[in-house]
Formats: sequence, C-alpha cells, structure tokens
Amino acid sequence: MAVRVGVVTFPGSLDDRDALRAIEFAGGVGVPLWHADPDLQGVDAVILPGGFSYGDYLRCGAIARYAPVMASVVAGAKDGLPVLGICNGFQVLCESHLLPGALIRNDHRRFVCRDQALRMLNTTSRWTSAYRPDQVITIPIKNGEGGYVADAATLDKLERDGRIVARYVHGNPNGSYRDIAGVTNKAGNVVGLMPHPEHAVESLTGPGTDGLGFFLSLIGVRDEVDA
Amino acid sequence: MIDTVPRAEATPEQPQPFAELGLQPDEYDRVREILQRRPTSSELAIYSVMWSEHCSYKSSKVHLRQFGEKAPRTDALLVGMGENAGVVDVGGGWAVTFKIESHNHPSYVEPYQGAATGVGGIVRDILTMGARPIAVLDSLRFGAANAPDTARVLPGVVAGVGGYGNCLGLPNIGGEVVFDDSYLGNPLVNALCVGLLRADEIKLAKADGPGNHVVLFGARTGGDGIGGASVLASATFEAAGATKRPSVQVGDPFAEKVLIECCLEIFAEDLVVGIQDLGAAGLSCATTELAAAGTGGMDVDLDLVPLRDPTLAPEEILMSESQERMMAVVAPDRLERFLAICGKWDVTATVIGTVTDTGRLRMRWHGEQIVDLPPRTAAHEGPVYERPIERPIDQDAINVEHRLPRPRNSTELRTTLLRLVAAPNLADRSWVTDQYDRYVMGNTVLAQPEDAGMIRITDDAGQQRGIALATDGNGRYSRLDPYHGAQLALAEAYRNVATTGARPLAVTNCLNFGSPEDPAVMWQFAQATRGLADGCQQLGVPVTGGNVSFYNQTGSSPILPTPVIGVLGVIDDVTRRTGSAFRTDGSTIHLLGDTADELGGSEWAHVIHGFLGGRPPRVDLDRERLLADVLIEAGRAGLIDAAHDLADGGLAQALVESCLRGNVGAQIRLPSELDPFVALFSESAGRAIVSVPRGRQEEFAQLCANRGLPQTRIGTIDVLATDLDLHGLFSVGFAELRRAWTGTLPALFG
Repeated sequence: MAVRVGVVTFPGSLDDRDALRAIEFAGGVGVPLWHADPDLQGVDAVILPGGFSYGDYLRCGAIARYAPVMASVVAGAKDGLPVLGICNGFQVLCESHLLPGALIRNDHRRFVCRDQALRMLNTTSRWTSAYRPDQVITIPIKNGEGGYVADAATLDKLERDGRIVARYVHGNPNGSYRDIAGVTNKAGNVVGLMPHPEHAVESLTGPGTDGLGFFLSLIGVRDEVDA
Repeated sequence: MIDTVPRAEATPEQPQPFAELGLQPDEYDRVREILQRRPTSSELAIYSVMWSEHCSYKSSKVHLRQFGEKAPRTDALLVGMGENAGVVDVGGGWAVTFKIESHNHPSYVEPYQGAATGVGGIVRDILTMGARPIAVLDSLRFGAANAPDTARVLPGVVAGVGGYGNCLGLPNIGGEVVFDDSYLGNPLVNALCVGLLRADEIKLAKADGPGNHVVLFGARTGGDGIGGASVLASATFEAAGATKRPSVQVGDPFAEKVLIECCLEIFAEDLVVGIQDLGAAGLSCATTELAAAGTGGMDVDLDLVPLRDPTLAPEEILMSESQERMMAVVAPDRLERFLAICGKWDVTATVIGTVTDTGRLRMRWHGEQIVDLPPRTAAHEGPVYERPIERPIDQDAINVEHRLPRPRNSTELRTTLLRLVAAPNLADRSWVTDQYDRYVMGNTVLAQPEDAGMIRITDDAGQQRGIALATDGNGRYSRLDPYHGAQLALAEAYRNVATTGARPLAVTNCLNFGSPEDPAVMWQFAQATRGLADGCQQLGVPVTGGNVSFYNQTGSSPILPTPVIGVLGVIDDVTRRTGSAFRTDGSTIHLLGDTADELGGSEWAHVIHGFLGGRPPRVDLDRERLLADVLIEAGRAGLIDAAHDLADGGLAQALVESCLRGNVGAQIRLPSELDPFVALFSESAGRAIVSVPRGRQEEFAQLCANRGLPQTRIGTIDVLATDLDLHGLFSVGFAELRRAWTGTLPALFG
C-alpha cells in the first residue's frame, strides 16, 4: 500500500506544493493538511513545509506552533509518527519543543538562496536511511533566519547521541553553530532540516536529485515493514 | 466641516489647493467645467491623483499610441494593451500575462519599502487578470557602485525586492543590476511579474450589472502613501526629500500572499464580475476605473471602508495607497460564498457600494453626498499633452567619434579583460541574486545568471512547456541615440530569450526618463518610443503593456534615457532548453554573427576611460530574427549544448561567464581577420556564442549556411583545463579570473 504523507499548509506556507510533489516523486501519496484542522486524516507521516507561516513577523514558527493541526502533530510525533520539518517547518518543530535549539537570523543579516553541500551524518533516522554515512549531497538552501543555535551542553549531547542529521560543508551559509544543518529527536522519527530537499528531486528544476533520499527513506522503510 | 456637493454648489468661489495637489490652473478649470460647479475636496482629490502624470499618462499618451498602431499581427495575443496587463497564449490551453512597472521615486526615499511595494503592486496587477503569479524579475539601476548613497540605496532595494518576493513564494528568475552616475539621485526599480491562467478564464477590470455589490477586501486602509501617486511620482525631489518620507507605502507580504490564495480560490469558483487591485491612487482609481469600464455608475458609502486609522478624512481615504487591497464586483447570489472564502483566509471583506446605471460615481460620508462625478472623466478623459520636443543641444557633440587609446599588446589586453570582468556592471551578481528565492514553486528551469529565466508549465497532456523572460536596457546607448538605443534594448532581450531556445512572442516596457517638461527629454522619449514601436513591428512581437516613469532627474540633470524592455518567449519542451554554461569536453565554440569595430557607449569606454560618446552599435533586426531562428532550431535539434548572448563587455565577457559558470576551460583562437581588441571587446549586436557537441559540427555549420548566418569556429572546451587560453595572446587562470569576477560586489556591499 502506498505511503500517505500529509503536508501542512499554514497561511504563508510556500513550499507546500513542492513537498507534495517530492512525495509523489518518491512513490508516496501526498495529502494536503490545513492548519486550522486538527484532523491528520490518518496519514503515515507529516511534513511541515518551508515558507513564512503567519508572516513570521514574530519569531519564526512562534505562532504556527499554536495552530490546531500542531496539537495532533505533536501528539503523533510522541507516538512515533515520522515528522519532517523543512526550513520554516524546522523552526516550527523547535518552537514546539519537538527538537532542541532554535533558529535565528543569519549571521550576515541577509536572506541567502544557493546550492549548498551537506555531509550526511545520522543515516538511521526515519528520513535519512537512504543515505550513506558521510555522503556529501547538494541541495538548495534558502532562508533569512537559518542560524541553528543551542547551548554548548545541548550541542555536545546532540553530537554524542549522533543526532546531528547533516552538517554544512564548503562554507556555512548562515552562521549555524557547529555547521549544523539538521537534527533529529532521540527516537529518530522527527527531523528538522534547514535546507530544502524537496527542491532537489529532479535535475530540471534543481541542482540535482540529491534531495530525493529524504522521501525515499520514509517510503522505503515503510515498504520493508509492509513486506 | 465636510465639503459636500450642496456646499460646493453654494460656495462656488471658495479657493481650493489644486496647485498643491499637482493640478495645473487649466486642468482645475476643466474639472469645474465637467462638474458645472467647483469640485468638493474629495472630488478634487480624485481628479488630482487620476490626472497625475503617473495615472493619466498625459505627456506620454500621444507617443504610446504607436505601440497599438504599429502592432504586428499575431495570434498569440488574447488581450492587448489597455487592461492591467496583456495576455499571451502559450499553447496547451494555458496563457500567461506579464507586465513591468517602475517604483523609482519611493525606492530612493525609502529603499526597502519602496522596492518591496513595487513588487507587491505589479504582482496584484497580474493577479487582477485572474492569473496565479508564477515569477518575478527585477531591473535595478543605481548611482556609481562606490558612491556613498549607493551603499544606502542598493542593499535596501535588494532586501526589499527579496523580502517581499521571497515571502510571497514567487521565484525571482532574472533582471539586471546596472550602475551609472546619472542614477545616483534617481535609482530605477523596475519589477516584472508573470502570471499563469487558463486561456478561457481571463478576468477583466469592470463593474457590470446594476445591483451588483462592490466589495473592498484585503488590508485595512491607513494613512500610508497618501498623495504618493501625484506628489511622489510626478514632481522632482529637490529640497523636500525628507518631508516626503510618510508618502511611501509600507508593504505586508504575508497579507498579499494570503490575498493571492484567497483570490485564486474566488476565481476558481467564478464568483466575481470584475476585479481591480488598489495601487497608485488607491480607491480613487479603483472606483473610477471599474465604474468607467462597466455599466457606468457606482454608489459608494465611504463610512464602510475598514480603516487602520479612524481619524482619516474622506479625501485621505480616497488617496491612500495602503497596500494589499483589492476591489471586486460581485453578484448578490455569489456574495455569501465570496465572503466565506475571504473568511477562510482571514481576509477582511466589506461591501462598500453598489453598481448603478446612472453614469455617475457617487460617494457618501456621514450621510452626506461628497462625490458626484462622471467616472470616465477621471479615469479615461484626463488631459493629453503634446509636450514641446527639441533635440538636445549637445546631441551632435556627444555623437562625435573619439579615438580612445586602446591596449597595444597582449599584456595590456589581458589587463583590460581582468579590469572589465571586475567592473561593477560586469562582475558576478551573486551578492544580489543570492538574496532572492529562485526555487520556490518547483518549476524554475533557468534563473539568473542565465540569459533569460525559464518557468515550466505542464499542460493537461503532461507536456512540459515553458516560458522564458528577459529584461534589458542600456541607458548609455539610448543617450547616444534613443531611437536605436531602445531597439538595442529590445534586440538584446529578444536575443536573450532566443538563446535559451524559446521563441519570443511579446513585449512589455518600462520607460524611465527625466522631466517631460524638458523638451530635450521629450525628444529622447519620442525617439525611444518610435524606435521601440518600429522595432517591435519589424521583429513581429507586439507590446502588450507597460509603464512610463517621468521626472527621474535631480535638479536639471535627467537620468540617462532608459527604456527597459521585457520580452516573453515560449518553448514547447523545456527539457530542450539551452543553458549558458560550457560543460561538454570537446565541444567546439562558435561565434555567430558579425563583429565590427563598435565601441561607442561600450562598457570598455565606460570603465577604462570613463567616457560616453560616439555612436552605439548598429541595429539589424532582420539579423536578430535570423540569429534567433538558428538558436531556437539548433537548440531543439540538439546541435548546441550551450549558448550565451554577446552584449556588454563583448566576446571576452561572454567567454569568461560561460567558462566560469561551467567551471571548464577553453582554448580560443580569435578570427584572424579581426583585430584582437575589437574581437574581444566590441559590442556589436546580433551575436552569440554557442558550443557544439562533437560530431554535430557539420550539421550545425550547414544549418547556419542554409540560413545565411555567419558563424566562425573560435575554440574548444577542455574540461580538464583551468584557464581561458587565448591562443597567441594570453591565458588567464580561473583562480585569478574568479577572484576578479566575484570579488567586486561583496567588497562594495559586505
């Protein structure tokens, strides 16, 4: 049976259609979810897409975490529901305390959009198992507030527990501490990622297809369970 | 005290501040004649903004008519000029609408908000046609790159374009960044938006059907931008700069993003009779234009307009340019559903009036009649001027050819090349373009630094069609010869679109000039519009819409006359598009077109000698057409795997860019019949370089020969090489080249 993946649209979400397309590229079925509706429609996983939810005039993601749909996402995540937050979605996951740390204004104070190289570190999470450890991939990054920060003890613990999903290589685009591009929770079902894998699923419209692995990881794992 | 219609009738001699609002005495007299009484203060507000240069095109109208009169016949045009934007058929049941507009003056006063609301305004224009906005481009011009004020204006403008467009989720796929002293006190911010719609679902701005509701929806009305249209856009700055700050509008891209999604849902259910955005002149413009284009009358209760500032007077409500507002005409049986969709998106929507067949626009405030006028007189029957025209007294002097000192040996040629690639007008634009999201929506096939941006449009049959867009302008060429300068800008944008493999179909333009009250500026304007109209006729691409920006001058010094031209093209299969990066080992590099000794107005003369004089490159539009045909056909047949247009900086610049973008080396032998300096730096038009894969050379040469297009093989791509090697002259390693090319803008702007 095809894996059904929900993509939440908040007012101001921008990459929601792209996330839906990436799911279909990976062989899954995309299910649009609405911020004001707590019903997750029985999906097998949820993606919180990029964008500027509610305008992000306050701290990014600070309002979105109170959306009715988020109560269901948080409850589901605690029960093992795979959740991927991309860019603004990562910010929402941090604001929701599903992931540690926070994302602040880029250190150079400018929005940055470029093709970014990442080194994949944790390849056992629900969203990264299709990659090899230390594999270097290139996917777009585009953010104004993508600097990942946390206190030293938290960062040490994330490193010790192998919860850094990916690090920036060949240049840190936003001042993230320890070049962190993404992290996962202890269980490995919740992943937050600042770069955009959904924009690297076909070479015609992206820097390549290196982003497809995030979606194949989920759908591949599910297939094994079904078999 | 409220100035009501009865009061205006009772006090005919009361003095009115028409001059302060920008109306001439004879224009004020005409208003009195139309109304058969003095106008109320609210009516005066309406006429003053609607008859401003910015809204009425009173100085340009007589010249712009040529775009219609000389328009070439084409089946591609579904809606022509006159609507908010033209609509072009792209095949497969889809159409696109596109337009470019200026936001120059506000961007000087308040760079971030000026540029941001420039993007917001053009996006709403496109939305008004019933289209989903799918991409933006921005053409920017600033004073000298190292001028202190450029360091204030440029970062703000770029952040504003990015901040607004990124938050709307619209990919920014191209544009220009140009520096010249003449733009120091008058930066140019021209924003282009393109939108997608079903060919049979075009929405038009008109208020039809008596009894239908007039609905104002989107943001609340505040005090921002009051008088912006008439005061800011139609008068030069001079002393009053600082006091005009509050006249610039403040943008809220989130409100606009929500408004876009809300409108598209409303369009999908066919709930509106007519729709118009509120841009320059706000409610005055929307009510008069909607009424004038429809059944002819409208009753509005201004008390119902939702306000951000409850102290606003009716005149201010009418002139406010608060952003993110739209007006729709909705039939009574559709109103409930319309309001429900607005509710879903948390968009404020209020019925403020009714369509009538009285032929009058009537407005009430606190129960009193404050406006009663025939809407056509404000919207369409404004003043029209035949401004005096006089060839500038220095035109002959500036056209004299000067023999500027040229590099004498290969060492000097090498130095010249490195200086040019590092020049602000030719250096890598990543510092700017990396602040724009080019990926959002997932359909960007090409974006800056490519010659044209390209967006995929998948039709119902699954075919991956696409559109390509480029904007170009060259103020120096236009200063030397505005007729041909406009044609060179058109030719370059046309060529840029064809380089990607798309067929050019339609044109939009943003005409940036000094004061129309200066006969020398009017001469430039008349020449440029005639040149553009003739050029479009000859190339077979109609003008579908555009914008005029006058009064771009500081004191008595106008900017370089700067027509910025946007060309839209269509490609049947985006997988066959041609990029500009060299990438395939062993592909041969070919120069298409003829190179002459043409350095008048060139980047070389500008950078090395700080000189502007002589004649711009010769224009041959038949050759441009032929070149485009060959580029399109060769791209489709797979005979070329890269193509790059030759423009500012000539062949040298094009080679450097194609090599660095692909990160591959090239060995070049310049044509022996050409002087190496001319070969490298001449800016002759109608040229491009292409790379031809191994084994296709003969076919490619045959194609050019059959069409009669001159082509010369000038080199070979070597993926292992890390230099650009000009045989017998010099070689430049990529490290040095890249340092020169990429270092300039970050060093200037941080």
